[in-house]
Amino acid sequence: MSVERDVMEYDVVVVGAGPSGLSTACRLKQLAEAAGKELSVCVVEKGSEVGAHILSGAVFEPRALNELFPDWKERGAPLNVPVSGDDIYFFRSETAAFKMPHLFVPKTMHNDGNYIISLANLCRWLGQQAEGMGVEIYPGFAAQTAIIEDGVVKGITVGDMGVNREGEHKPDFTPGMELRAKYTVFAEGCRGHIGKQLIAQYALAQDADPQHYAIGIKEIWTVPESQHKPGLVVHGAGWPLDLTGTSALGGSFLYHFENNQVLVGLIVDLSYTNPHLSPFDEFQRFKHHPVIKQYLDGGTRTSYGARAICKGGFNSLPKSVFPGGMLVGCDLGTMNFAKIKGNHTAMKSGMLAAEAIAEALLAGGEGGDTLDSYPAKFKASWLYDELYRSRNFGPLLHKFGALVGGALNYIEQNWFGGKFPFTVHDLKPDHATLKLASASSKITYPKPDGKLSFDKLSSVFLSSTNHEEDQPVHLTLKDADIPIAKNLPMYDEPAQRYCPAGVYEVVDEGSGPRFQINAQNCVHCKTCDIKDPAQNINWVAPEGGGGPNYANM
Amino acid sequence: MKALVSVKRVVDYNVRIQVKSDGSGVVTDGVKHSMNPFDEIAMEEAVRLKEKGKVTEIVAVTIGGAKNEETLRTALAFGADRAIHVKEEGEVQPLTAAKAFAAVLKKEEAKLFLAGKQAIDDDANQTGQMVAALLDIAQATFASKVEIDGDKATVTREIDAGLETLEVDLPAVITTDLRLNEPRYLKLPDIMKAKKKPIEAVSFADLGVTPAAGLKTTKTVPPPARSKGIMVKTTDELVEALKSKGLL
Amino acid sequence: MSKILIVAEHAEGKLNGGVAKTVAAAKGVGGEIHVAVFAADAAAVAEQAAKLDGVTKVLAVNNAANANPVAAVLAPQIVEVASGGYTHVFVPGTTFGKDLAPRIAAKLDVQQVSDVMAVHGPNSFDRPIYAGNAITTVETPAGTVVATVRLASFQAVGAGGSASVETVSVGAAVPTHTRYVKLEAQKSERPDLQSAARVVSGGRALGSSENFKVIFDFADKIGAGVGASRAAVDSGYVPNDMQVGQTGKIIAPELYFAVGISGAIQHLAGIKDARTIVAINKDPEAPIFEVADIGLVGDLFQVVPELTGKV
Repeated sequence: MSVERDVMEYDVVVVGAGPSGLSTACRLKQLAEAAGKELSVCVVEKGSEVGAHILSGAVFEPRALNELFPDWKERGAPLNVPVSGDDIYFFRSETAAFKMPHLFVPKTMHNDGNYIISLANLCRWLGQQAEGMGVEIYPGFAAQTAIIEDGVVKGITVGDMGVNREGEHKPDFTPGMELRAKYTVFAEGCRGHIGKQLIAQYALAQDADPQHYAIGIKEIWTVPESQHKPGLVVHGAGWPLDLTGTSALGGSFLYHFENNQVLVGLIVDLSYTNPHLSPFDEFQRFKHHPVIKQYLDGGTRTSYGARAICKGGFNSLPKSVFPGGMLVGCDLGTMNFAKIKGNHTAMKSGMLAAEAIAEALLAGGEGGDTLDSYPAKFKASWLYDELYRSRNFGPLLHKFGALVGGALNYIEQNWFGGKFPFTVHDLKPDHATLKLASASSKITYPKPDGKLSFDKLSSVFLSSTNHEEDQPVHLTLKDADIPIAKNLPMYDEPAQRYCPAGVYEVVDEGSGPRFQINAQNCVHCKTCDIKDPAQNINWVAPEGGGGPNYANM
Repeated sequence: MKALVSVKRVVDYNVRIQVKSDGSGVVTDGVKHSMNPFDEIAMEEAVRLKEKGKVTEIVAVTIGGAKNEETLRTALAFGADRAIHVKEEGEVQPLTAAKAFAAVLKKEEAKLFLAGKQAIDDDANQTGQMVAALLDIAQATFASKVEIDGDKATVTREIDAGLETLEVDLPAVITTDLRLNEPRYLKLPDIMKAKKKPIEAVSFADLGVTPAAGLKTTKTVPPPARSKGIMVKTTDELVEALKSKGLL
Repeated sequence: MSKILIVAEHAEGKLNGGVAKTVAAAKGVGGEIHVAVFAADAAAVAEQAAKLDGVTKVLAVNNAANANPVAAVLAPQIVEVASGGYTHVFVPGTTFGKDLAPRIAAKLDVQQVSDVMAVHGPNSFDRPIYAGNAITTVETPAGTVVATVRLASFQAVGAGGSASVETVSVGAAVPTHTRYVKLEAQKSERPDLQSAARVVSGGRALGSSENFKVIFDFADKIGAGVGASRAAVDSGYVPNDMQVGQTGKIIAPELYFAVGISGAIQHLAGIKDARTIVAINKDPEAPIFEVADIGLVGDLFQVVPELTGKV
């Protein structure tokens, strides 16, 4: 069906109003102003507002923010809770744990000078700064495809609105607009659906290790005042995941935020091998550990959400530029997993991209070229240095487990300053790690108690997730038969468990099993797109404004 | 003919409401806000009336703090020609809002006041009727169909007994119900254009409005949880139980 | 002492059942309770109102202009009557009352209290906000208290009283800018899901579109609207405009049947204001039973047709 589309042209179009995209936009405007020139910048965001789809821990290192807005305090940036203490636990079992002496904490895990923040609120603030400088931000509009002409990215097409479940136009059909630009910056976050296509189309990852991912599940609790220690950061490894093995890795966090709020979460590496594992249920049972329970007991859970994380780091970085555009932030994969922080690195990558673009356009450039000055600036920056030093952390953990891998990382970070004379690689992609269901032990998860642990649907309820009901299912299957014909017999269809929002079910109403996709529940975490062993699920953007409505995440 | 449409900024209908544990209200900080859905229907109706040539100018009006400008921009993107922002940072209850809207309506000499039948935050369902009362003009609430013919409007109202039709002389207040129309999707170009449309700021003092004494909210609590009832074993017992409750 | 004026809602010579519930709310305030009947000929309705327990006097206001209830016409008359020493004006929280009460309050220059669900005293009431997701306690300022009463929150008073009926003449000029044209009952074979007094909903346990017939048959037998859970909609058994729940419809019927619905919190959020919930499910552990007023564990394909035959 060909439709007439409105077209708007900008100097720069940014896809995604997260920390990297908004930093790109702000930096562009700053540089244009300093040069006494105009650059038109447009940001599209699929969430219903800036921040609605943002989820992060988050302990925030202000390094990039200090560079972008040295006066962020005066401007009222929401960095209100300085880290006051750092605890690291190794959880040995559901009741036992030992606290790591501070002496043995790797330098990358030191949080002095950092803040506990809500990244969603920081993004809302960044959005205000950007709009104040003349950036046009359009939340509720999802970039659906890149416009590629003669091998050059010319902008993006915004998704159509008013298409029914069968793909037909409803009476209120509104075709998505074309936003064309000299340069298009993709800042969609981890596993961006356009970024993924661009990486494939331009073979950007051909020299990189496979990207590695984790799923982070987070809840916000309001706890009794007596249990609240503002600024306390608690990190953990081990139970309910592996401490010494490598079949299910990950870590946990618990941050004491403002207003008696505690932010608690579990990060599960998507390299896990047992198809019966359910990250959601691991997290629910994790909260019963005495170390965690002591803070949550008697509290109320107020928010829930989940998001995939790109943790491959340095070794997995694809090429960042292609004709007419570039990748920034987690769309590129700039998270520093050794620090479990990606917000400052995402911001920095966006600022570097902005600097490269501004240089080219302010010198009269017409755009459309491959802006190699961006990777050059990247390489010369602290961002490169930081990611390089942390390059072995993920692979060490994958090979040796949390305890031994962690110890090796301690040695590298604290004795070698992050510079082992060798690099450890991890070449197996996360979708290929599952063992057969028949060769894996079943996991029986305890029933949620309704006080500390909950079921999936009541959790999704807290994310205020909504999608217009009558629209095409945005979780597309390349082959509709694979879930039942292959994934079910081989892996007991793991989508039922890795999805933290109950989107996927195998139901049997007597006429044999059927794969059910409850697309309305989707919290846009992208885990299915990553972990499906057949790589058969393709996440595409639903109608703009759909998805979670996170406050303060 | 000029139409005035009142629009209110409220917590978005998708947001799960949280009551503060100290009973002082519901959490509104950091949560998504948007235009009251019933007001979107009012905006849509105004735009349709303009498209039919019945209305020549649409003026959107809101009362509230600085953030309400967003809501006016949304109204402008829908198709309002200009907007009036009655600036007031404190809480505004329906009678006070109605006094301000009545003053604007008079000043603008608008013939039609369109508003949602209620806002989904306080669920008061009062303001439109109060505007009509203060100006001694006609009101047609819960509209599911509106036809304008010269200086009269014929309005179909969704009431408990069915569909009631009223004929009203203009100027009149019409409040909109869910089935009046399906608001359109806002188009990006319209949102872009809306940024350049004028918004006039006025104060209660400019309008000669003195806020009325308000209701005082002393406590806000979550609704009581439902409790488990009885279990029956057979359909006969079920029918019996329903009959004893007077439900069959 | 409080002196409460209740405006009677009526049609075709019959007093609306909501008035008896409004009287119940007024009794919570205490004091004298009067019911005013505005009609072309108020006698028959006044007689019914006089029987309501707790009512001390009925005022009959006859005027040809009152033949049909038009808020703009009634309001000035009510304001005149209310000015005779009344501390409160209560109106049933129906579309009639919601249309009318603000018009009275504005004329009396007072804020109005909407949807009173509990009465703590002459000036303190509970009312819902955010679609019932929060309940506030409010205190009214000085002046007449004008309120609509949420009918689902009160039990009707009995009809064993015998108040005096007094015909009152009212001098207030009534406007002519609003003219009643007609009233049509909604033309629909099946009541609308949103406004139906009874609703039967089916869940994924129905298994197919065809099987939903048992739900429709039962609903038609008891004159109910038909809804569905999100799971049933997502499975494609019924169109999505039938979905009851968080992002679908929030409904408040007198009687709600949840058939083959497990009771996900989204669904429960959509039916939290239902007066009576009946759950039929084969899984005795289904969460729906935790909130149902009446539960029946059984196979819906057997139970529902059986019920259809018995009601």
